[in-house]
Amino acid sequence: MPFSLTPGEIYETIRMIQSEKLDIRTITMGISLRDCTSSSIVHTAERIYDKISKKAERLVKVGEDISREYGIPIINKRISVTPISLVGEGCDGNDYLPLALAMEKAAEQVGVNFIGGFSALVHKGLTKGDENLLNSIAASLSATERVCSSVNVATTRTGINMDAVYRMGRIIKETAELTKELGAVGCAKLVVFCNAVEDNPFMAGAFHGLGEPEAAINIGISGPGVVLNAVRNNPQADFGSLAEIIKRTAFKITRMGELAGREAARRLQVPFGIVDLSLAPTPALGDSVADIIEAMGIEKTGGHGSTAALALLNDAVKKGGAMASSYVGGLSGAFIPVSEDAGMVRAVEDGSLGIDKLEAMTCVCSVGLDMIAVPGDTTAETLAAIIADEAAIGMVNRKTTAVRIIPVPGGRVGDKVVFGGLLGSAPIMPVSKFKADAFIRRGGRIPAPITALNN
Amino acid sequence: MDEEQNRAIITVVGRDKVGIIAGVTSALSEQNVNILDISQTIMQNFFTMIMVVDLAKATVSLQELQRILAEKGEEIGVQINAQHEDIFKFMHRI
Repeated sequence: MPFSLTPGEIYETIRMIQSEKLDIRTITMGISLRDCTSSSIVHTAERIYDKISKKAERLVKVGEDISREYGIPIINKRISVTPISLVGEGCDGNDYLPLALAMEKAAEQVGVNFIGGFSALVHKGLTKGDENLLNSIAASLSATERVCSSVNVATTRTGINMDAVYRMGRIIKETAELTKELGAVGCAKLVVFCNAVEDNPFMAGAFHGLGEPEAAINIGISGPGVVLNAVRNNPQADFGSLAEIIKRTAFKITRMGELAGREAARRLQVPFGIVDLSLAPTPALGDSVADIIEAMGIEKTGGHGSTAALALLNDAVKKGGAMASSYVGGLSGAFIPVSEDAGMVRAVEDGSLGIDKLEAMTCVCSVGLDMIAVPGDTTAETLAAIIADEAAIGMVNRKTTAVRIIPVPGGRVGDKVVFGGLLGSAPIMPVSKFKADAFIRRGGRIPAPITALNN
Repeated sequence: MDEEQNRAIITVVGRDKVGIIAGVTSALSEQNVNILDISQTIMQNFFTMIMVVDLAKATVSLQELQRILAEKGEEIGVQINAQHEDIFKFMHRI
């Protein structure tokens, strides 16, 4: 085939990477640990360590090689594993901390910065393994740096397990307390889901689901800067044209991820899973979803019109991605974490963005209330009520929603908590002063909505 | 087929001055890298050049070539990137 690229196209690619911060956010290797179960917790921990460190031995090296050869930054190399509640189910012990420590040790050994899957799926109820896992979350997140935990408390099919929701409120409080020296960073590694997806490459919610193969490579790409530039360059475009511009941009970004993903899968001899095209922001300037919303013409993110702007953005990103890859991940769209997005932080500080508006925006974004810092005196019941609201949005609308919330011990509204790195820093936001305690204490399960009956 | 799989795109950006092309092309010929196409222009006082090269008979790997070119770039005061061609093809062509 003759060489057919134009210089313009080559410059466009280089500009996207060099000045608009286009990157592959993560190569996540999903690893099944189903064969690591045994009756002894010590033995199970050993098997977990052995399997992860062997399977992912070359992950970081291959990621770095691909990054160099193609000239695309690959920011993170990560691992997700079978929900540990399942792996530990048959063990003698009822404390799963040794399993978390085995994950941490293996992650350190292979050189990845996060490992996800200290997880349980409890949307309809808890087994013994789920109980043990939930009881071990706070201690495990405070004893490890890399281990991430997620708990699925609701689905459209089953409704919301309100006992689990309340429990998660208490676990979040406990985790915050145990990691208070570090700004309650443990909570930044803990996600509560509704309709969790099994092949999500993004932390902290990544785990290797039951329908997944022995191992898989999932790719998460991100390019808010590229989309921002495309929107800024077209200030006069009407919404039809704007959606078209975003779609085309998303297409190109996804193609890059598809290439890198397939290449990584080939070199690691592991099946290729999905490309998740998410506009995942970073604290770096120009890498912000809030900036895109503002570039569309909203004075400040959170102002009226923000939800509509986000809906358009999310949909256009999905459409462009769907055309570019045959296996697109379930979360593709735009993430709206607060601490990880400089524009969102600014909007909170300027008073234009609060939890209520964020909740509304999560109806149309790809995940949910993410990386939100709240005062340290926020009660477990209030946290649970926030989780319940978010789960209800996901349940009724058949979408994934999540809550990653950080009640910063000693923190007051207006203070700022700094996590550093990709986790950024978050201004502490006010929560409603009215209580939902009686509501949360009812317990039981909110039944599945009528939308669940679609067969 | 092999030839296609071994092509790379080299881009050179920097302040214009005498000897940039000579510097880059001689570094490439020393490693037996064949130049298939060159397009060069001055954009806003910046010298920019794109080369398509064939690495089939090169004496070094792409990674090693990237290192050599980066050193050369530092020496003559320009930024040189070498990337596998696939990234461009994949992004712009279905």
